[in-house]
Amino acid sequence: MAWTRKILRVDLTNGTCTAEALNMAWANEYLGQRGLATKYLSEEIDPKCDPLGPDNKLIMATGPLTGTMASTGGRYSVITKSPLTGLVACSNSGGFIGAEMKNAGWDMIIFEGKSPEPVYLYVENDGAELRSAADIWGKTVWQADEILHKKHQDPQLRIACVGRSAEAGCLYAAVVNDLHRAAGRSGVGTVMASKNLKAVAVRGTLGVGNIADPKGFMDAVNAGKQVLADNAVTGQGLATYGTQVLMNVINGMAAMPTFNMKEVQFAGAEKISGEAMHEPRPSDGKPNLTTNAGCFGCTIACGRISTVDRGHFSVQNKPEYWGNSGGLEYEAAWALGSDTGIDDLDALTYVNFLCNEDGMDPISFGSTVAAAMELFQAGAITQEHTGGIDLAFGGAAALVKLAELTAKGEGFGRDIGLGSKRLCEKYGMPDLSMTVKGQEFPAYDPRAIQGMGLAYATSNRGACHLRGYTVASEVLGIPVKTDPLVTEGKAGLVKAFQDATAAVDSAGLCVFTTFAWSMENIAPQVDAACEGDWSVDRMLEVGERIWNLERDFNMRAGMTADQDTLPKRLLKEAANVGPAKGRVNDLDKMLPEYYALRGWSADGQITPETRARFGI
Amino acid sequence: MQRALHIDPGKCTGCLQCEMACSYENEGLFNPAKSRIKVFTFHHEGRFAPYTCTQCADAWCQKACPVDAIQIDRNTGAKVIVEARCVGCKVCTIACPFGTVNYNTASGKVIKCDLCGGDPACAKACPTAAITYIDADWTGLDKMRAYAEQSLAGTA
Amino acid sequence: MQYLIIGAGPAGVNAAEALRRLDPDASVRIVGDEPEPPYSRMAIPYLLMERVDEHGTHLREQADHFADRGIIVTQGRVASIDPAAHQVTLHDGSRLGYDRLLIATGSSPASPPIPGIDGPNVSSCWTLADARAIAARAVSGSKVALIGAGFIGSIILEALAMRGVQLSVIEQGERMVPRMMGPQAGGLLQRWCESHGVAVHTGVSVEAIEAKGVRLAGGRFVEADLVITATGVRPNLGLLEGSGVKVEQGVLIDRHFRTNVADIYAAGDVAQGLDFCTGSYAVHAIQPTATDHGYLAAVNMSGRVAEYEGSVNMNVLDTLGLLSCSFGRWEGVDGGEHAELYSPDDYRYLSLQFEGDRLIGANAVGLFQHVGVLRGLIQRRTALGEWKDRLMRDPTRLMEAYMATTQVI
Repeated sequence: MAWTRKILRVDLTNGTCTAEALNMAWANEYLGQRGLATKYLSEEIDPKCDPLGPDNKLIMATGPLTGTMASTGGRYSVITKSPLTGLVACSNSGGFIGAEMKNAGWDMIIFEGKSPEPVYLYVENDGAELRSAADIWGKTVWQADEILHKKHQDPQLRIACVGRSAEAGCLYAAVVNDLHRAAGRSGVGTVMASKNLKAVAVRGTLGVGNIADPKGFMDAVNAGKQVLADNAVTGQGLATYGTQVLMNVINGMAAMPTFNMKEVQFAGAEKISGEAMHEPRPSDGKPNLTTNAGCFGCTIACGRISTVDRGHFSVQNKPEYWGNSGGLEYEAAWALGSDTGIDDLDALTYVNFLCNEDGMDPISFGSTVAAAMELFQAGAITQEHTGGIDLAFGGAAALVKLAELTAKGEGFGRDIGLGSKRLCEKYGMPDLSMTVKGQEFPAYDPRAIQGMGLAYATSNRGACHLRGYTVASEVLGIPVKTDPLVTEGKAGLVKAFQDATAAVDSAGLCVFTTFAWSMENIAPQVDAACEGDWSVDRMLEVGERIWNLERDFNMRAGMTADQDTLPKRLLKEAANVGPAKGRVNDLDKMLPEYYALRGWSADGQITPETRARFGI
Repeated sequence: MQRALHIDPGKCTGCLQCEMACSYENEGLFNPAKSRIKVFTFHHEGRFAPYTCTQCADAWCQKACPVDAIQIDRNTGAKVIVEARCVGCKVCTIACPFGTVNYNTASGKVIKCDLCGGDPACAKACPTAAITYIDADWTGLDKMRAYAEQSLAGTA
Repeated sequence: MQYLIIGAGPAGVNAAEALRRLDPDASVRIVGDEPEPPYSRMAIPYLLMERVDEHGTHLREQADHFADRGIIVTQGRVASIDPAAHQVTLHDGSRLGYDRLLIATGSSPASPPIPGIDGPNVSSCWTLADARAIAARAVSGSKVALIGAGFIGSIILEALAMRGVQLSVIEQGERMVPRMMGPQAGGLLQRWCESHGVAVHTGVSVEAIEAKGVRLAGGRFVEADLVITATGVRPNLGLLEGSGVKVEQGVLIDRHFRTNVADIYAAGDVAQGLDFCTGSYAVHAIQPTATDHGYLAAVNMSGRVAEYEGSVNMNVLDTLGLLSCSFGRWEGVDGGEHAELYSPDDYRYLSLQFEGDRLIGANAVGLFQHVGVLRGLIQRRTALGEWKDRLMRDPTRLMEAYMATTQVI
């Protein structure tokens, strides 16, 4: 079983919390978390609804392995309709609150309506109630976290919270849990704030059980842990350097989007790399990185715990930022650094702190700043617009200032809070927005890694590396090495990664396990935990069903297949250096094959046969 | 040679595998709230520290128990709660100056580390060897125990 | 060497066991005045809740525990002590000699001068005999009035409520457990009890106990079939008359548990020993003090030197599922500082009292994890340094403060 089989439904409009049984028929088709919550969302809301209106719903969902001893089994996702893309949003986070929800006895929490006043949800096992958030509204995530812990006098309380950016309507606001883990992308925090829901505080002491085959489960879990420990990436690389292990690798192969994706290599990459985070600083002899950290149940422990140099201009008069907190991940270091041309590790770390403290997706924030810098370079944005801030590429002080303003929703920060697409439209140069379906790109240039171009173009939540991470194959050789510059075979590769990832995301596991684990390692854990037969094939079928359901939701929301594309820059402007020099992304060579493999029509529609096959 | 849990906080990543292993061993559920070992996070310092009973030689919990419900496992030296005798009075929870005996509201009895009968689940589950089960001589626990007894009971 | 211990409670039993270990060849004898094997008064509420049977209240599980260790347990009541002859006389006239004597006679319920308190409908709740009588009468649906909501009263309260009686509690003080916790915490307990169907009358004295109940000052009448008194306890000092042993509130002892009379020691509820927190001498009638006293008195009686650091007054209470505790100088000291959190909606309260950067006392309601570190911090006189400021800002960070200041982290 592994599911608690219970859902908490929170009607924010009327202030009620009710328990209901999990729809097990759906659980058997969609497993949990991403898949199952998308099914609920898809059934319960009109996909055309205003994402920031009361008709949208927001679901916090766990998977069947969440809260178990399966390595990385602490994940949860926030599923809603995105205000950034207008499509389905599903943002996955680690930390501890997902497992805590499960320990409190809930597979998922569905929020609906809109509270007349700011509230937070307090859950203690079976008990759930909405309480006034009057004293935490307007506070940062970190401030609210401290206030709630003190108010409930429970250091073990797990809290997910939105920051001031979400309250101010920043369209890529995150839901931050456990101070520095985040359901980061697509503006799920913006939706939460739009419902006047500031935080969710959970305490669970009931335990997670319902394991169908306890002995088989522990055997599968232990075998899985051993595979992770023995693998160079999950056993060593990620613990030592975190995802930042990639900075020098990707930059070295000239696949590092730089200056708003104009270029593919960043001269300052080494200074903001995982290796640099280990270097002692001249000022105090301490490295940026204090330690690595694991999320709930994670035996990889890629998390970064860092400090900013106390003498750095960003914090020198702010002792509240002198302690340790969540440090730079690769995507943040890239978006805040490489894409903006900033190689100041302390500035990036501080801005990363602010992204956590006020709940902003650092990828979208950094990319939007990069777009603003290019608009500034082009003269479309001037210092009159910015309130005097010089937005030249490479300006660390400007980045810091914009982070502070966007976090609070003040001044030019309000424009940065629009995201790259709306910003570029507002200032008359929409082609400068490096987005797919309204969402900003992550840190792999699709001219140098062809498969990622297709992954971005077809991702159901807009540009994203976590929907089909073909980098694993095209760069790292996992599970097999493919040439990043060729397009042949990439359609199948992308589809395989997309389906597998959807299944992993729905199980309650972290996708980073797949550096070492194949579905052959994952399915036995799900199979032993859950009722019924969960073979590799069934897991992949579930993944494919989820992918089609997300597509279906998006099409019903008004998306068209011509949005399965990339910004002109990536299709027309060739890479300037490196092995891909002279190349653009050849999306048109991959997309038709992809549609065919998906069982979709040539114009990207899910065919009746495919619908029938997956029951959509 | 008696063995003891040795904890090296510098190696801990805060993943709570130990808490799950402990609760699973003792409660049959993955339930950190019922774990006998707890990992504490020092957010500001960037440190994690697992913490559990050191099995003091002359255990304060055992002496304080009014009904002989804390007894010694002769094989491991662990001070073990005898469930059938524990009445749930909680005197041991205030008597233990290390705070390692906790009341379990679900069972109405107290819980503490019993070294799993000599094969501690936490140590087996720890992915970084932050928790190991080794010869007691190497753990430095004896010093801690001696210190505890002196400072609490007088200079016997 | 003959060790004689008067009193078969936790102090006496712990002393006897320690003496046996420390002095394997000596004669060790306990004289207790109740017919049952040594048992724990702490367990009586759980007997009333029917969580354990009488055997479950015994201080030691095995019936032959004492015999196995060569500890003689004699039933008898000591009438007097003759220090010059190193002898005690029992009520039946028999005499027992000793080389070293431990007074561990404990305490008995105080009986305030209330008209009707000797009536047939009134009982204290102190001995197994009391418990049997209460169990027979406090049956589901019966009306019970409990006089006294101090620590002991509050423990009995839970047992009575769980027997399904209609319970009223009368406390003369302004709040429940007035000598254990402050007004906010005491108020939480009262509100909790009331929300669980217990009528609580505070700040009112009892005028008289009548056949049909309890008449309160001011004229209110609380109906009751059974009245239980829990109005404090007094040390059992009667046997010391004429012995020359000096007493104040209890038997005065020094830091080696010696009385003023050679070879006579005292421990437990009867002893007025060093208070760790105040440096003065006080009676701490609590289980941990009794066991610590018993053990360390034995060490000294055996000829070793162990200087007592004093006892920290502390209590833990479960009031119908609401946990509370108090440690040391929970009321604070002049010139000290105080961190407090009060969350009435969640029935939680936490108060830490500091002197300089050291913790000297605490109260908590709703805290049940790692509670013992409060004792640890107080009794080690741990210098908290910067952690004191952190605790002032957020007292819930107790465990981190404890670990950071006492462990290698």
